[in-house]
Amino acid sequence: MKKFDKDRLLLAAAGPTLALISAFVLTMIVLAASGVDPIDPLRIMIDQAGYEDVQVLIVNQAGIYFLAALAVAIGFRMNLFNIGVDGQYRLAAMISAVVGAKVALTGPLHILLIVLVAMATGAFWAGIAGILKARRGVSEVVSTIMLNAIATSVIAWLLLPKNLGVQPAGSNDLTTGDIPESGWFPALSLPGGDIYGFTFVAFALGVVYWFVLNRTRFGFDLRASGASESAAQASGVEPKKMIMTAMLISGAVAGLTGMPLLLGESHTYNLSFPLGIGFTGITVALLGRNNPVGIFFSAFLLAFIDKSSAGLDQNGYAKEIGTIMQGLIVIAVVVSYELVRRYGIRRQQQKVGEELAAGHALKTDNKEVAA
Amino acid sequence: MRRITRIATVGIASAALALSATACGGKKSSDSTASSSESAGSSKSAAIAYDIGGRGDQSFNDAAFAGLEKAEKDLKVKGAEAEPTEGESEADKVQRLTELARKGNNPVIGVGFAYAPAIKKVAEKFPKTTFGLIDDTSVTAPNIANLVFNEEQGSYLAGVAAAKASKTGTVGFIGGVEVPLIKKFEAGFTQGVKDTNPNAKVLSAYLTQPPDFSGFAKPDLGKATAKGQLDSGADVIYSAAGLAGSGAIEATANAGKWAIGVDSDQYNQAGLSKYKDKILTSVTKDVPDAVYNLIKSVEDGKPQTGEIRYGLDKNGVGLADSNPAYKSMAEITAAVEKAKADIIAKKITVKTAP
Repeated sequence: MKKFDKDRLLLAAAGPTLALISAFVLTMIVLAASGVDPIDPLRIMIDQAGYEDVQVLIVNQAGIYFLAALAVAIGFRMNLFNIGVDGQYRLAAMISAVVGAKVALTGPLHILLIVLVAMATGAFWAGIAGILKARRGVSEVVSTIMLNAIATSVIAWLLLPKNLGVQPAGSNDLTTGDIPESGWFPALSLPGGDIYGFTFVAFALGVVYWFVLNRTRFGFDLRASGASESAAQASGVEPKKMIMTAMLISGAVAGLTGMPLLLGESHTYNLSFPLGIGFTGITVALLGRNNPVGIFFSAFLLAFIDKSSAGLDQNGYAKEIGTIMQGLIVIAVVVSYELVRRYGIRRQQQKVGEELAAGHALKTDNKEVAA
Repeated sequence: MRRITRIATVGIASAALALSATACGGKKSSDSTASSSESAGSSKSAAIAYDIGGRGDQSFNDAAFAGLEKAEKDLKVKGAEAEPTEGESEADKVQRLTELARKGNNPVIGVGFAYAPAIKKVAEKFPKTTFGLIDDTSVTAPNIANLVFNEEQGSYLAGVAAAKASKTGTVGFIGGVEVPLIKKFEAGFTQGVKDTNPNAKVLSAYLTQPPDFSGFAKPDLGKATAKGQLDSGADVIYSAAGLAGSGAIEATANAGKWAIGVDSDQYNQAGLSKYKDKILTSVTKDVPDAVYNLIKSVEDGKPQTGEIRYGLDKNGVGLADSNPAYKSMAEITAAVEKAKADIIAKKITVKTAP
């Protein structure tokens, strides 16, 4: 039994190690091939992460990626590919910013209201894809991608001054008006800047995610539906209800993605509110293998690459090196996880073969490695 | 359950590696922050923080760079540049401006209205540094110079020229992204067309909706939209769409119709030389001089502050006349000159929103 654990651990470590090493080697090859010093940009990036203000940026960004990735991961665990996180969080941030700017409540209530509105909006938008999937069998991949585009147009329309938007005097920006100070989430002030308070809420949510998925009946049903829908159905899980619930929860968490920024930084939804976080969230969830701890660290890795590559500009390198690195990591992760999996299976088959040849009884434990 | 544990181990292992990647940077924080103290205004260097698209967009950002380049040559200042990342937040903009100011650049210029909230925050931290903010007057401070343009006035002249040059009575407007700034172009253009020929039809289209700013960057979108307007009978098309505008110019020129360029004199742009004969004129926006003037004012010790407006009167906006074909059309140039004089004399007020 102990022997197998060691094997398993080695195999498990091999995947990400292989992925990260090959990603970095590939990055260096790309840099060298384009006639750039392959080591210096990486050194600058690591240097950059030494600055306190860059560290604060990394932590804040990691919190945002963490939320987006959690939203994606909930879907992944039951084989639902929610590509619509991007549209869900933007619409949620916009609507909740409007509500937040219109009402005045005492501190915690105000924040709670904004957060609840964001979750409800995100869930609503994801729920559309959920209904289409459950009732009509529309692939959620297609519907969520389309809903992203629709969300963009809906936001652009709602943000017009004749609807919900505000154009501040002398500005070419469109905003939803400023949320009064009672709706600002307290931040942790450090010498390098403020860490959004909501970042801690984000990480706490990771614990909730782990608990719900691994320690509740609902979590079991969800994972069972993901592993085999027919088997789950046979054991009494109602697939349509599961699809709806998973989509709604995924959307609600997606709705939170914009909260660190809205409650901690901009206090309004404007034209330069970031987009694309939902897609980075997919990368983070894949890299972290849908596991909260894995997602936590991969969110930090991607935030690190993001923020520390920004400084490359000033040192004579293209900051797109960071983008290349992120892309290579994704490819390397997919390839190396698959390689390691196949190697594991082959190794196990060999072992079984050897044991059978030697005439020993087959241990049932052997199956574990393949699982 | 076993599967989960295995995945968990994988996750933890990858996480550990990720941590080591970030952690080795963390150790150096104490010594590297020492070099980051404020040294504003000490050296002769100026900095530009670009809008989405960055340098090489053949348009807005390149125009700002042209101003910096001129200052580098004439005033011997050292230029620094920084580009945004797609999908970044306000915090990243604050960080970029802070870093530029911290390195002693003065002035630090934010290209585009998106920098307004960030400049407000950073300008407080560096009172000795002058900050330039292009296209926005919503934030003000003694050390902020708001560089703004009357785009609608230049666009009005383009409308006059378009209405005069059109034979079908239908003209097209293509905006890159539907934001208030580009609507100023549309408003001026439409008014110019209608004032010249009340029966003319203006087809308006925007390539993308915010926050999708790719409408400033994708020539194929501009090309397709221009084709659609040509099919609907437009024979003069004005595109205010940054790099995407080159696609519209290509489609219009290939159809043998007139195109009107934007921001810089696109007749003289190397990348568009194939189509230049069909570029009737361009609505110019003198971002290079606005940037240069600000840098010069700082060098002279009298930094600009508050709203610096560039209109038709100061040639801050205008209509290019480098195409000989355009210059030879006496009726058009006369009408444009008259409209220009009327706007400067305030006999015509151009709307800023459609």
